[in-house]
Amino acid sequence: MVVGGIHRTRALLFSRTALLTAGAVLMTVPFAYMLSTSLKPDRLVLEVPPRFLPEHPTTANYTGAWTSNDFGHYFLNSVVVAALTTVVAVSLSAMMAFAFARFRFPGRRLLFGLLLIGLMVPAIMLLIPQFLLAKKLMLLDSLAGLVVFYTGGNLALNTFLLRSFFQDIPFELEEAMIVDGAGPWSRFRRLILPLSRPALATVGIFTFLASWDEFAWALTIINDPGKRTLPIAIALFQGQHATSWGLVFAASVIAVVPVIAIFVAFQRQFVSGITSGALKG
Amino acid sequence: MAVSTGPTKVSTPGRGASTPRPGVLALGRRRREVLAAYAFLAPGFLLFAVVVLYPIARAFQISLYDWSLVPGAASDFLGLHNYGRALNDPVFWRALVNTGFYMAVTVPAQIALGLATAVLLDGRMPARALFRTFYYLPVITSWVVVSLLFRYLFLTDSGLVNWVLHDVTHVTSHNVDWLGERWTALLALGALGVWKGIGWSMVIFLAALQSVPRDLHEAAAVDGAGPWHRFRAVSLPALRPVIAFVTVMLVIGSFNVFISVFLITNGGPLDQTQVLLTYMYRQAFTFLDFGYGSALSFVLTLIVLVLSLVQLRLFRRPEARG
Repeated sequence: MVVGGIHRTRALLFSRTALLTAGAVLMTVPFAYMLSTSLKPDRLVLEVPPRFLPEHPTTANYTGAWTSNDFGHYFLNSVVVAALTTVVAVSLSAMMAFAFARFRFPGRRLLFGLLLIGLMVPAIMLLIPQFLLAKKLMLLDSLAGLVVFYTGGNLALNTFLLRSFFQDIPFELEEAMIVDGAGPWSRFRRLILPLSRPALATVGIFTFLASWDEFAWALTIINDPGKRTLPIAIALFQGQHATSWGLVFAASVIAVVPVIAIFVAFQRQFVSGITSGALKG
Repeated sequence: MAVSTGPTKVSTPGRGASTPRPGVLALGRRRREVLAAYAFLAPGFLLFAVVVLYPIARAFQISLYDWSLVPGAASDFLGLHNYGRALNDPVFWRALVNTGFYMAVTVPAQIALGLATAVLLDGRMPARALFRTFYYLPVITSWVVVSLLFRYLFLTDSGLVNWVLHDVTHVTSHNVDWLGERWTALLALGALGVWKGIGWSMVIFLAALQSVPRDLHEAAAVDGAGPWHRFRAVSLPALRPVIAFVTVMLVIGSFNVFISVFLITNGGPLDQTQVLLTYMYRQAFTFLDFGYGSALSFVLTLIVLVLSLVQLRLFRRPEARG
């Protein structure tokens, strides 16, 4: 009976591992193939049968993408836009979340309700009115136009998540500071922010990745090739060079590596962010 | 509540704090707190109002006009004409059917496979974190990159998919022209959607499974329940609200499918694979018909809203009964 039980457990573990491995292969093979294509010379990217290990691996696509095709420049644009968006959006939403979590004031429910409406309307539905607005504000074809609208688009979700985190910080700590005569700003800076580092990291990572990967808005407002971010540069690049798959995937790998690095470094924040609903399907 | 206890707290002197005029200070403090709250809100909320709320209000208004992009030129008010135009537009209906098909393919598959993976990963397991990372890799990769990648995999003559299906396993008798025909192209797009989304539902289901009390499982095991029966009787009921959440989010997400279609087929050939958002984008930013584009956006928003409400109701009912 006991021996049978152990056998059953082992067989179960074995079949679980086998199924998971098969699934993991399906998940990762496209990436492996992308990596291998990025290391192939142009004339071999369409060879049949396909080779997973390139016969004559070359880094020509990477140097080609980075130098002669300006991907270094697009990379920099993406870094600037995503970093600025993250800093501004996280700061502004932390301030709003603090107000909603710790103060009572007239109009509190109304303002929070308006924020929730912003949370429910999908970003791409607002493409047309936002485009007309950006045109009026002279923000078309500029990195500033990306930062302003990315920041605005991330505020509702960030505020919502941070507010619930701030609410869980015991009020007694703040009361002690009030007794000592600390004003709201110093309570925010010296108490709330330091205690909320994990939540701020989660919100910051998601904001950064959302701006790093954003496509539709950048495609719509950016015309000047010098102001492209990586996603539109890669997409338009593929349109121009229909068969330069090696270059396309070298550029893609360049865009994806920072994301994977961030993911590996901050796995815990990722999981807590996703399970609290930070990343939509 | 916190406010009414505030003044008494302040008037009791703290560590060495001198409070010269307790009553006035309490009132002034209350007012200052309100002002502080508005000061904290102002910069963020102003930006949010301009960049998000105002466009929401404008979206419906624009859809009522034959919108003119020329500065100074008047836009003609059309009333609901743009909506009537959608009802008589065969491409709109095809885009709606295609979007529905995409939803029907991707949502159940992502839930079933995400749940299966989570169940397999739940419990003691070697290399668990590594498996989780592998399944999550497509989720964190940008839509642009994975769309181009799948376009490459589904190439007719030299794509990996046709090579596996035709040359290796002989499942198909010839190389399928995946992206050249409506339903095969939609299947390829659906495959991408499922592949990219499994990791997301898996992580959520895994977190939910781990919050199911262990002793419930043990009690069921003592009663002689096998793994399948334990899953049905213990895990599944506990997962119900999470499944509801995941379903609603995935349905919303599937109606928002855009980048993959835009980059893989761009709605072609001949508008056969348009989904609602690619068709909206074409009307607005290729034909510069902002009024009609806005009407299409608005219809999509309404559909998503109604579907979400219906689902929330469907999922709530059995719980209320039980």
